[in-house]
Amino acid sequence: MYSKKVLEHFTRPHNQGVIKNPSGVGMVGNPTCGDMMKIYIKVKKDSKKREVINDIKFETLGCASAIATSSMITDLAKNKTLEEALKITRNDVAEALEGLPPIKMHCSNLAADSLREAIKDYREKNKK
Amino acid sequence: MTKKTIYLDHAATTPIDKKVLKEMIPYFSQNFGNASSLHSFGQEADQAVEKARMQVAKYFNANLNEIIFTSGATESNNLAIKGVVKAYYKKEKKKPHVITTTFEHHCVLETVKKMEKENLIEATFINPKKDGVISVADIKNAIKSNTIFVSMMYVNNEIGTVQPISEIGKMIKKNNAKIIFHTDATQAVNYFDCNVEKLGVDLLSMSAHKIYGPKGVGALYAKFGLNIAKIQDGGAQEFGLRAGTINTPGIVGLGSAISMINDQRTKNNMQIQKLRDYLIAKILKEIPDSRLNGSKIKRSPNNVNVNFSRVEGESLLMMLSQEGVFASTGSACSSGSLSPSHVLLALGLKPEETHGSLRLTLGKNTTKKEIDYAVKVIKGSVEKLRKVSGNVLRDFYLNNKK
Repeated sequence: MYSKKVLEHFTRPHNQGVIKNPSGVGMVGNPTCGDMMKIYIKVKKDSKKREVINDIKFETLGCASAIATSSMITDLAKNKTLEEALKITRNDVAEALEGLPPIKMHCSNLAADSLREAIKDYREKNKK
Repeated sequence: MTKKTIYLDHAATTPIDKKVLKEMIPYFSQNFGNASSLHSFGQEADQAVEKARMQVAKYFNANLNEIIFTSGATESNNLAIKGVVKAYYKKEKKKPHVITTTFEHHCVLETVKKMEKENLIEATFINPKKDGVISVADIKNAIKSNTIFVSMMYVNNEIGTVQPISEIGKMIKKNNAKIIFHTDATQAVNYFDCNVEKLGVDLLSMSAHKIYGPKGVGALYAKFGLNIAKIQDGGAQEFGLRAGTINTPGIVGLGSAISMINDQRTKNNMQIQKLRDYLIAKILKEIPDSRLNGSKIKRSPNNVNVNFSRVEGESLLMMLSQEGVFASTGSACSSGSLSPSHVLLALGLKPEETHGSLRLTLGKNTTKKEIDYAVKVIKGSVEKLRKVSGNVLRDFYLNNKK
């Protein structure tokens, strides 16, 4: 039922773990639905003074597709500017994973939301 | 490298025993006659069906005319509940009351809920105690003047807990002999005494594929003289209670499978239970933050249901499956409905605890070596998934306290 890509990312997730002193953190999901993910980002300014996601890591408690989408979004968002990262949608994540089972499209595909939360958190912390 | 496969999901289904299969085979294309036909092909099939009826009746200590062949336990349960209520309304007008439990199999639970919604019955759902066992007193206290039916499973399919069927049978008959008592014995037939007289039941459902028989066939024991109506229209097969061409090979398989339990039950039980206890002890000892769901004593010899905190069951199953270990979970993510196990919720588990449950059900061919390998794989997978989940659950609760 899962694509090869989902199984790859589930079995060997990329960028799994925690960032100490992150620039922003986003957490979505709840224990009732079963999937919870937390995304940590480190934001730095590049040579053109754009804010770029320099490092990104995740922790996820959830089903195989929840873990795979978490892993995939870290790949998609790494080294992107915040503007670019905010444009990543749930569909982009699902497509990059060669599709998700229909029933998992909503509940386990929270990674894009989680990333957005992390960026929001970073921006709130850095409001002047 | 040849990949090992270790099947620990016998409560989901069992492989057909080779001897059973061998007895079924002639009835597919050789003796293919319709058991209702009067020519000799039909009569051969009919004889085979009647032999199976004898085998099933013997196992339940029932009479031949009390065994109705069906397509499995789901149909048997539907027929038992709907058939009794339908027959009741032929004579009475007052809305009847039905008692069941919150942790029945969906085929009982959904049937009762639907009839309640359709305003056909009034229903009471009894919650099990924390150990997964229903209290006789709770059933007794739920009985009302219009109670006509009590339906309760013998062994719970998820947590394997054994219910006090014969005590409840006695209590009901003492209370009001008119109340009909039904048990879904699907998970019990392999391991427990299913003598209907000792159990004090009027109806009993079972399925062949849980006892090393074929899928798509089962039986309903219905006490002679019981007021029950058919729920499916058509021919007069099965004493007019179950229309539809008789599934001869399936029924032959059911008869063969059930007659084999007779000879082997005690021996198999002891062997399986020993392995089960070994498996439970090994998991609880080797894997931190693990817990057994349901009573350790009032438990089917083949059932282990454990809980691992900070792990989600579907991903655990996937990981185990990649290593050749096949099991089951009560996690919402693995169910088509995406709702967590109603059985584990009924025990008072928190939703995240239900998500982290793993059911391992042993079979007659499970070995100690397989158990050792399975525990090694489970331990490794739990460690890996806990690493991936990190502190996310703890952080969620910290955030929500703020």
